[in-house]
This record gives sequence, C-alpha cells and structure tokens, in this order.
Amino acid sequence: MNKPEFTVNQGRRAFLGKGSALVFACSTSGISILTMNASQAQTLAAEPRAIGPQQLDTWLAFDDNGLVTAFFGKMDMGQGVDTAIAQVVADELDLAVSKVSVVMGDTHRTPNQGGASGSSGVRLGANALRNAAAEARRIFLQRAAQNLDVSVDSLRVDDGVVSVAGNASRQVSYGELIADGFALELDWNGSFGNNLNVTGRAQPKSVSDYRVVGTPVARKDIPGKIMATTEYCAHVSLPGMLHARAVRPPVANQLPVSHDENSIAGITSARAVRIGDFLAVVADTEWAAIKASRELAVTWSQAEAPFPAMDTLFEHIEASPATGDSATGGFGGQPYETAPTLAAIAAAPQQLEATYQVPFQSHARMGPSIGVADVSADSAVIYSDTQKPHDTRSGIARLLGMSDEQVRVVWKPGAGSYGRSDADEAAYEAALLSQYLGQPVRMQWMRHEGHAWDPKAPPCVINCRAGVNNNAIAGWYYHAKGMSGWDVWFNAADPKDTLVGQLTGYEREGRYNFGAPTESYDFPNSVAYWETIAPLQEKASPLRTSHMRAPQEPQIHFAHESFIDEVATATGQDPIALRLRYLNNERERAVLEAVAELSGWQETPAPQGQRSGELLTGRGVALATAFGGFVATVCDVEVEPASGRVWARRFYVAHDCGLIINPQSLRTTIEGNIVQGLSRTLFEEVRFDEQMVRSEDWLSYPILDITDAPERIEIATINRPDLPAGGAGEPSHVTVPAAVANAVFNATGVRLRRLPLSPEYVRQALA
Amino acid sequence: MPIFNLQVNGQQQAIDADADMPLLYALRGELGLKGPKFGCGLSQCGACTVILNGNAVRSCILPVSAAVNGEIRTLDGLGTEDSPHPVQAAFIAEEAAQCGYCTNGWMMTAAAALEQDPNRSDAKIRQMLTGLKCRCGTHMAIMRAVRRAADAMALGQPVAGTQVRDYAEVTNEQA
Repeated sequence: MNKPEFTVNQGRRAFLGKGSALVFACSTSGISILTMNASQAQTLAAEPRAIGPQQLDTWLAFDDNGLVTAFFGKMDMGQGVDTAIAQVVADELDLAVSKVSVVMGDTHRTPNQGGASGSSGVRLGANALRNAAAEARRIFLQRAAQNLDVSVDSLRVDDGVVSVAGNASRQVSYGELIADGFALELDWNGSFGNNLNVTGRAQPKSVSDYRVVGTPVARKDIPGKIMATTEYCAHVSLPGMLHARAVRPPVANQLPVSHDENSIAGITSARAVRIGDFLAVVADTEWAAIKASRELAVTWSQAEAPFPAMDTLFEHIEASPATGDSATGGFGGQPYETAPTLAAIAAAPQQLEATYQVPFQSHARMGPSIGVADVSADSAVIYSDTQKPHDTRSGIARLLGMSDEQVRVVWKPGAGSYGRSDADEAAYEAALLSQYLGQPVRMQWMRHEGHAWDPKAPPCVINCRAGVNNNAIAGWYYHAKGMSGWDVWFNAADPKDTLVGQLTGYEREGRYNFGAPTESYDFPNSVAYWETIAPLQEKASPLRTSHMRAPQEPQIHFAHESFIDEVATATGQDPIALRLRYLNNERERAVLEAVAELSGWQETPAPQGQRSGELLTGRGVALATAFGGFVATVCDVEVEPASGRVWARRFYVAHDCGLIINPQSLRTTIEGNIVQGLSRTLFEEVRFDEQMVRSEDWLSYPILDITDAPERIEIATINRPDLPAGGAGEPSHVTVPAAVANAVFNATGVRLRRLPLSPEYVRQALA
Repeated sequence: MPIFNLQVNGQQQAIDADADMPLLYALRGELGLKGPKFGCGLSQCGACTVILNGNAVRSCILPVSAAVNGEIRTLDGLGTEDSPHPVQAAFIAEEAAQCGYCTNGWMMTAAAALEQDPNRSDAKIRQMLTGLKCRCGTHMAIMRAVRRAADAMALGQPVAGTQVRDYAEVTNEQA
C-alpha cells in the first residue's frame, strides 16, 4: 500500500478557495443560476427504454451535441451520489462533468442495481458505469480512427471531441460518432442489485489520469432544491387523482370490524375503502381526505394490550428466548463457542463486565410516507421515494397480481429515509387503492404515522466482559441480544414486508439478524456473537424492526467502543494507546493516529473532567470499520450537571473511505453522519405503553435542535488513490454514540450505558 | 365552498376551499408550488414555512381564510434564477441541503429574519432557527450558509464566492 495522501480540511473557506481556483469558473461580480424548467403541470414519466445490463446502450445515451445521460440503477438522498457517478463517467469519457446527466432509479429506464444500501452508491454502484463509459470511449476512438483514417494511437480526446494529435483541425465529436448508438454487448456478471457489474474490452483509466474524480464538483441536486424547482414525490400530480389517507387503530394490534360511512357523509367526495384489514379514506381533495380520516367512525376489534410496559423493555429482551443467533442467522452464519472465553476470563486476576442498552429508534423522516399510483388492468406506474425502486416494483407487482414488467416504479426525490423506513409503505397502499378504485391515487401518511407506524431500529441489550492480566487482555466476550434488524426485510420486494401486505393476508416471515463488531482487535480468547428475540407483535406492528442507517452498527459500537474505554480506565491505560496495542489493521491504526493528531489528543488514562463554572468538560474517542470505510472520531463535550444537558461542542473525525471521488460532498456527508448520529445519541427514543407507540410527533420524539448542534466538526480525510472507493454514507455515523458517551465519562467520571444520553437521564445519573 | 383571494409571490390567486383548510394545501395543491413542504401539519418542523407580511409563518396550520389580504411569499418566489435571494445564493454556495425536504423552512425562516435585521451573531442565528427540524443532520452547512447570507445582507452586497455556473447543464434530467 502506498503512503496515504493526508489532507486536513481545517476550514471551509480555505477549502473552498482552493477548490474554486481549480474547478469553478468563478466570478464574484454577480450570481447567475439557471435551473431547468421543472414546473410541469403534470408529471409525465419519460419513455421506457431497454434496460438489459449487457447492452452498452442501456448505460449511456449520447445526443447529437455530445451531451451524455448515464442511467444509474440506484438513487441519491442528498449525499451527492449522482454527482459522483457523473464525475466517474466524465473522466472515463474525457468529457466535462457538466455534460453528464444522471437518471436514477426508474425501473423502466435504469438497470436493477439494487438501490441505496450499505453505503454502496459509489463503492459498488459506480463500477458498471465506469466500465461502460470506458468501453464507450474505446468504441468512439475506433469509429473516429475509421472516420479520420488514422490509427487509434494517434488520437486524443478533449471534452468529447476526438482529434488527431498534432493536427487538431482533423476532429470528430462524440455526437457525430454515436450514430444509432453502440449496439454492443458487454460481459455481464449475471448479478442484479448491488453486485451487478459489466465489463468491456477497454481498461478503465488509472487514478493518476483522473481530472474530475477527486475534485469538489458542485452537487447536481442542489440548485433545484434551493430554487424550489425539484419535483419531489410529494409534488407528483396525475389527472383524475384521488387523495388517500389511511385510518390506523388506536391500539397497535386492533383490526377494523366495521366503519360508518355516514360519519363522513358531510365531507364532499369522501368515502371509506376497506381492503382486508387495511382501512383508508379517499377524496377529490387532500383536505377532504385528511378530515375524513379523522372523522371516520370505526369499530375496532377487542385485543389484548400487545406490548410490555416501556420501562421493562430491556428486561423483556434479556428474558426472552432466542429466535436466531449469529451461528444460524444473518449473512451465512458464524459458529461461536463461549466456553473457552468465559474460562479465560474466569482465570484472569482482573475481571470486568458491563451491559449496555439501546431503545427503539424511529426513522422519523421529515416527510412521512408518500406514494402515487396509476394502476390499470394490465399495467401500473408508481411514483415513490423508495431507496430500492426495483425491489419495490417486484413487491407491488405481486400485490397487484401482475408481472414485474407490467409494473413501473419511478423514483422521485423525497425526504431522507436512511434505511428501511416507511418510504415504501404509501406506494404499496396507493397501488392497492388505485387498482381497487380504477383511478390514480396519491397516498400521503400523516405525521403520527411517520413516527408511530414506521419500521423501527431494533432495541438491544449488549453484554461485554473482559479478563485482564497485568494490564493485558486475557479474554474478551461480546454478546448482543436484541430484536431483529430483518423483522422487516431490507427491501420491499415482497408484500409480507409491508404494513398493508400484512393487513391483506401476507404473513410476516421471521428472519434474524443483529451483528457484532468486526474491527481487527486481536484480543486473545475472544468471542463475539448475537441473538435475536421475537417481535412484540406478530402482525402489522408499529414496533416492527428493520434497518436504520448503518444497521445495528451504532448500537454495536456504542457498547463495544464504550467497553474498551472502560477497560482502559480500569487498567490505567490511555484509550487510544490501548486500541493501538491490539489493532492490526493498518487503516484502522492510521485513522486513530490521525484523529489523535487532529484533536491534539493528550494521554488520558483516567477521567480528567475539568470544571468550568457549571460545566464539566471532557473528551472521548471511538473507532468504527463499516461499509468500506474506516473512521476514528474524537468528541469534546460540555456537561451541565444541573440540567443534564450534554453539548457535543467539537468533533474531530479521521476518515478513510479509499479513493475520494468528491472531497466537498464527502465532507458534508460526514457532517450529516455525525450530526444525525449525535441526535440518535442524545435524544432519540421511541416511547410506547402497553397499547401503542406514544412517540407520534416531534415533541414526543425529539431530535437534535440547531441550538444543540456542534460548534465545529473538523475532518481529516485520508485519500487512498491506490484503493477502490469505499463507503461514506454510514461509517462515521457509527462512531458517534461511543465517542460521546466516552467523553461524558471523561468529563464526569460517571459511565452511562444506556442511550439516549437525554438531559433527564444524565441529570439523574449525576445526581 | 367559498372563494379566497390570495396574493402569492406578487400574483392574485383565487382559491376555492373550506375556510379551515390550511394555507399549505392551497399553495402546494391548488397552485402547484414546490417550495413549502408537508412535514408534520402540526407547526413543529417548519418545512411548510412561508413569509406572510414579512414574517415567517407555518402554512400547515394557518387557515387559508386567515391569509386573505396578506402578502404571501414562498420559496418559489423568493428569488429568481437570474437574481436569487442572498439566502438562496448562500445555500447553493455552501451546498446546505441533503435530501432538501426541510430546506425550505430554514431558508424562509432565515430570509424573513435577516430581512428584518441581518446583524446577528452566531448565537443569535441559532436562536433564530431553533425549532426547525432537519433529519439529515445538515445543521453545520446550514449554519455556514446563514452566516454567509447574513454577512452579505448586512453589507448590502451579493453573497461572495458563489460560483457562476450553468446549472441547466448539470441538473439531472427529471423523469
């Protein structure tokens, strides 16, 4: 491995100045921003096109002017994936990046690349388009050589114009060479989804030849979002469209017995629709549908209260039988043996044990679920902001009794979903209602549904133990027990994984996954395993569990990276020094060393809380390896014992995700990871009682307010031009809970082992 | 249903609606505007914010009948492509949006407050924006953008450093 290129972005202004000199045509005299005219009166889906992965024409389309459209089978939710794809394509084609448009996530225009998952947008998603673009350039050169009657070796390409080296007047453009396309087959690896790849005869460029990759190209999605021209899924409007709202039960497991149409007779055009146990109202206007959903009189079934009391959740998890474990579930199964570890720990002179708890958390999207469907007898068009449109298409096809080909899902921008959120639900419901009613339907969830009825991040209890002998670790035990990250599958390719599916006869399938840390700590006599328990409610539960950003890794690392700190404290060792003592992965070591330098880390073998007036200050560190990224984070906190307020004042992040495609998007993506992670660490907990989820809005499910945002986030990016691009959408998120909790311990001397570190919890803990 | 005459982004609009219908549904549904978003319907997140007579208001709970005779500005009319509002220019320069669903609330709240008084410390800017929700965690970039807009507006100058770019070329094709 070459020595990494080490960049510290100390400040945005210095950074921008450098970037603008390199990349942007700059003027400070004024501002001219042109946005495309997106103010269409009606949404019209573009013409379907062939999407066979093996056809080069599937991936790239050129017009006569040499503008290229890349067809990308994933989506972007605001981290700049589409811009990164455009950069990759532009470099392979020797084109200005401004000439590359990217179409995303339309099942009838883009190949099935799986959608957004596992921070794979670039690290996996870019491969096919990189290879396709390289092959396209090779064909263009071949055609140009013929056209200009020279050898390929004598040609050069400059922004889509192929010319003879030393004789620039002899030239021909991509637009002139494209003719009727490529009509060329690529080698396809036969995969769909994240692993889909195609290769041609051309060799993609080496990193040293990149001119666009690695530069802070402005994000393509920004102007439309700022100038209000972006058409979000919520804006989709079809002729003759009905507005729908669902009617949910007051107790989680109640089903509708009957409803009284007369109760909404006074609301113009409103009527109730019941399909199976799914109950909804529709009306000509949105406001009428909202009112009808509130006023419809429903008799619900009698049901036993489905949930344990909230304050017994963690006892419930510990006491419940395991439904699956790491030996049998997850991705393939990993046998484990606890006895040798427990024996080694028992034999050690010093023994440590700690148990950590993480509650249910909600995706709580800014905009609750939205979907628009136009279903006719033999075809359907669905507009959705799902993360995985091709999977959603398959599931909706099954729900409607159609083939995959008959159902088209068109991805539209939406509220950030960050996992298997509620995003797919309204699309399913709209499809079912549209088929039933024979009219286009727009289904929009209300706020209480977005909080109470979205799939939740699974709660867990994680037990860690260590045996220590003469300050050296002699045994290491990690055991996570929680609800399954796969209770709701991570895509919506089957109705059984949706609320409306479960209400219309599709039985949920028990599938089990949690997780264990995978960093390279070389602890002797180590075991790490997980177990899952059954969901609290079998069918259509508001507390069903699924993937949420960096699925289960924030929980896993909150426990593991906190416990390493506990061992450091108990043995009088510095937390970074202890980690380095056992890590054998060079990239993990490098980010830890980088964050120590960036943060000016001083050895802290024990709590060193500084009291300043009413505030205690301290700092903590955490490491994570996940999704092709390696991150170490240091957090400086101020704790106010009287109020329990924790302010994570500064973060220092050292980040290695391989080759960096766009340093500016990487920076803002890391910031988003950290701040959203801070919100989950300090504030987020789904509240419920025996009957129902009681987190129904932003008051009962608080998230981070800007007054609690950090003062600064300093980021050191480690570029690895010799390594493929890894993931950046999740790894830094994973470090936040433990970095903050370790900092709170460093400030106060009190170890907090339950999330969130809410003011109430912190105040009580410090009292 | 009664007709309500609204003045939206400088144009007179007649809306046929129930008097208790929130303004948001007139703006987004009847008029097809894309700035104000539905986030909560409870005045808790700010995604629906518009400027009414110079003040930021939450259009998801304001009855349409209460907006008659007022001057309503939405993000759609805040600035133009040729002349974006300083807050828009700053948000573009700082790339201060991820999914962008909440961004309307931050920009409209900031625009109304900074038009009243652009001289604000960082702490005052945080206070001015408290209560707005962003799920993507874009707060750091938002702070930079609002700081930048405030500084420019206080000096009566354009937002410095905004790149002149032909965004028509780089905007993705809409399906």
